[in-house]
Amino acid sequence: MRRFYFDHNATTPVSQSVLEVLVAALLEVPGNASSIHQDGQLAKQHLEGARREVAALLRCDPKELVFTSGGTEADNLAILGFVFANNASRKHVVTTAIEHPAVLNPCRELERSGIAVTSVKPGPDGVVDPEDIRRAMRPETVLVSVMHANNETGALQPIAEIAEIAHHGGALMHSDGVQAAGKIPVNVEALGVDLYSISGHKFYATKGIGALYVKNGTKLRPIQFGGKHERERRPGTENVPCAVAMGKAAAIAHATLQLEPDRLATLRDRLERGILARVPDAGVNGAATRTPNTTNIYFDGLEGEAMVISLDLKGFAVSSGSACSSGAVEPSHVLLAMGLPKDRARASVRFSLGASNDERQVDELVEAVAESAVKLRKLSPTYTSA
Amino acid sequence: MSGGVDSSVVAGLLRRQGRPIVGLTMQLWNQRRLPELAPEGGVTGRCCSLDDVYDARHVAQHLGIPYYVVNFEAGFEEQVVKPFIDDYLSGRTPIPCTLCNNFIKFDHFLDFAEGVGASRIATGHYARIGFDDTTGRYQMRRGADQSKDQTYFLFGLKQEQLARTDFPLGSYTKPQVRELARELGLPVAQKPDSQEICFVPNGDYAAFIDAYFRERGITPEKTQGEIRDTAGHVLGEHAGVHHFTVGQRRGLRIAAGEPLYVIATEPASQRVIVGRTEDLLRATLTARDMNWVSIASLGAQSDAPLRAQVKIRNKHVAADATVTPTADPSRVEIRFDEPQRAVTPGQAAVLYDGDLVLGGGWIE
Repeated sequence: MRRFYFDHNATTPVSQSVLEVLVAALLEVPGNASSIHQDGQLAKQHLEGARREVAALLRCDPKELVFTSGGTEADNLAILGFVFANNASRKHVVTTAIEHPAVLNPCRELERSGIAVTSVKPGPDGVVDPEDIRRAMRPETVLVSVMHANNETGALQPIAEIAEIAHHGGALMHSDGVQAAGKIPVNVEALGVDLYSISGHKFYATKGIGALYVKNGTKLRPIQFGGKHERERRPGTENVPCAVAMGKAAAIAHATLQLEPDRLATLRDRLERGILARVPDAGVNGAATRTPNTTNIYFDGLEGEAMVISLDLKGFAVSSGSACSSGAVEPSHVLLAMGLPKDRARASVRFSLGASNDERQVDELVEAVAESAVKLRKLSPTYTSA
Repeated sequence: MSGGVDSSVVAGLLRRQGRPIVGLTMQLWNQRRLPELAPEGGVTGRCCSLDDVYDARHVAQHLGIPYYVVNFEAGFEEQVVKPFIDDYLSGRTPIPCTLCNNFIKFDHFLDFAEGVGASRIATGHYARIGFDDTTGRYQMRRGADQSKDQTYFLFGLKQEQLARTDFPLGSYTKPQVRELARELGLPVAQKPDSQEICFVPNGDYAAFIDAYFRERGITPEKTQGEIRDTAGHVLGEHAGVHHFTVGQRRGLRIAAGEPLYVIATEPASQRVIVGRTEDLLRATLTARDMNWVSIASLGAQSDAPLRAQVKIRNKHVAADATVTPTADPSRVEIRFDEPQRAVTPGQAAVLYDGDLVLGGGWIE
């Protein structure tokens, strides 16, 4: 069966040109980038080339980038590495209720070690009000961590404003940019952030590689202990092939940021309009300023989980809520934090578009969604059409 | 697909027949809840544990079929766990598996399966479904393996549920099923059978109820009280009626010349009544909320009182009885030829004619 992929916020497939540099690096650059011999030097050269390409995507100095194993490690390093490296008398962190678990759970870990964490709720549109961040600040606030783009709704957060508030209060600013980098232009300097996490596989590089931007002069302690790699911030033999893949993907993203976001936004809007025209009692969750590829739609009276399975069996990959350890779906904490009732949160489905999608696929998806919605609602104990 | 041998073999058999199938596992209970009940070394070998989901997924991958874990936790808690607790606190001994069959598996789950595109569901139950042309009804028969027969838990199924359900293991014995598992190369062929109530660790349901109340911040009404004999003499104290079930001998902590058994629990007065083994014998019972399976109703075929073999708990050997209607059509009176031991409120009375499941109801 043909399969159409509409879950690019979960991960993206490696693009052909990324695959080529990856295979070339695996075959031709076998050295350890920390070795002093020529094999090591060649690896180091590739690693630093990749670092420059990723730095160009974020508009930062390559020396400000630490390669990690992915977005989760970058978030952990930013939060735990920064807070533990800093003055023990300042023990408060501000974050939001819509963060990815890679931020929520390091914050919980901070709480377990006696550091207070304030979690700010977003508005009903999924956007955090900078004034709420200001109100959450305390004299002892050491870090503010707010994601740049939300993974479930795509909602863009006012990072520049929030960073200013953080700095005004004497705190540093971290942003989880995993869902923004490669999708929208990112300029860490203009955003005013001190720490910014990204993940390669969200923009057509491989899994297993990410990076943390650490602004020059920011104190950071490693959270794993080993060799002196990555300027003593992240031990472990550098993953040169994946870094090279991420560099290439960053370069491609950088080049396509002129046109691709508009193309995706047009497709996304076509999908949204198509679904809303065909399916009654449905609507968009958090239709604020969003990443161009994402829409999150509720279908009252049905289970998002059932919609995902139904569409999957018809050849469309989409997602709903967050998977718990068994693989079953739990209602999205993001939608709940936005104030959606539990039933509506459970009835919501995320569609995230990417390079492989086109108009024909979108139209077929609209058709399939409409069909599935009718069938699922017919069996729903709670749905009665208006 | 529970990750056990039975449902895995069902998937394998249907796959071998070339039918397009989808594997589903119900996530019913979050095993991370009530951590104080978790056995040392973590939760394994129980429904919804990660190990079982791993096994089910492994089988699905082995067979090359789509597979999903679907979340039924909220419905399970409302329609199985809470009534289970209420029953115990009301002096009844519930059968959660039947509630799950009636309200989750053959209701929400069946609809869910149909919603995602399945026309039928198949499960690993040991029971047989057939269609009787003369009455126009779906009928249920005991599984061929009498020792594994699960019809006692399936008496609540309605015709429209039976019409969309297959029990492919009904004509096999457990050893044959294990042999099939080996033949199909299923990775779970050697896995031991599960025994206990899936969400209650070690079968200690009283500890489960106490832990559930602690988690929910509920302070139950006083449940401790006196243990009395049939003549009304106070013999001791107990920690709560939910710790006792009719016929129980253990845990009374009373020194007496002869073995004492729980005869009844009285939730209103919080009394537990104990007596000798012969005090447990009852000749009659009333069953409520009768569901007729293989026959349309009592008296559908004849005006004479219905003669049937009636089973009053899963391990009971069905006993000959006469079934008569009451003024309330949803209730029947059952009179055994020989008095039966430990007729227990909350358990089911399931009526058989040989292999045929006539229907069943709940013992009052």
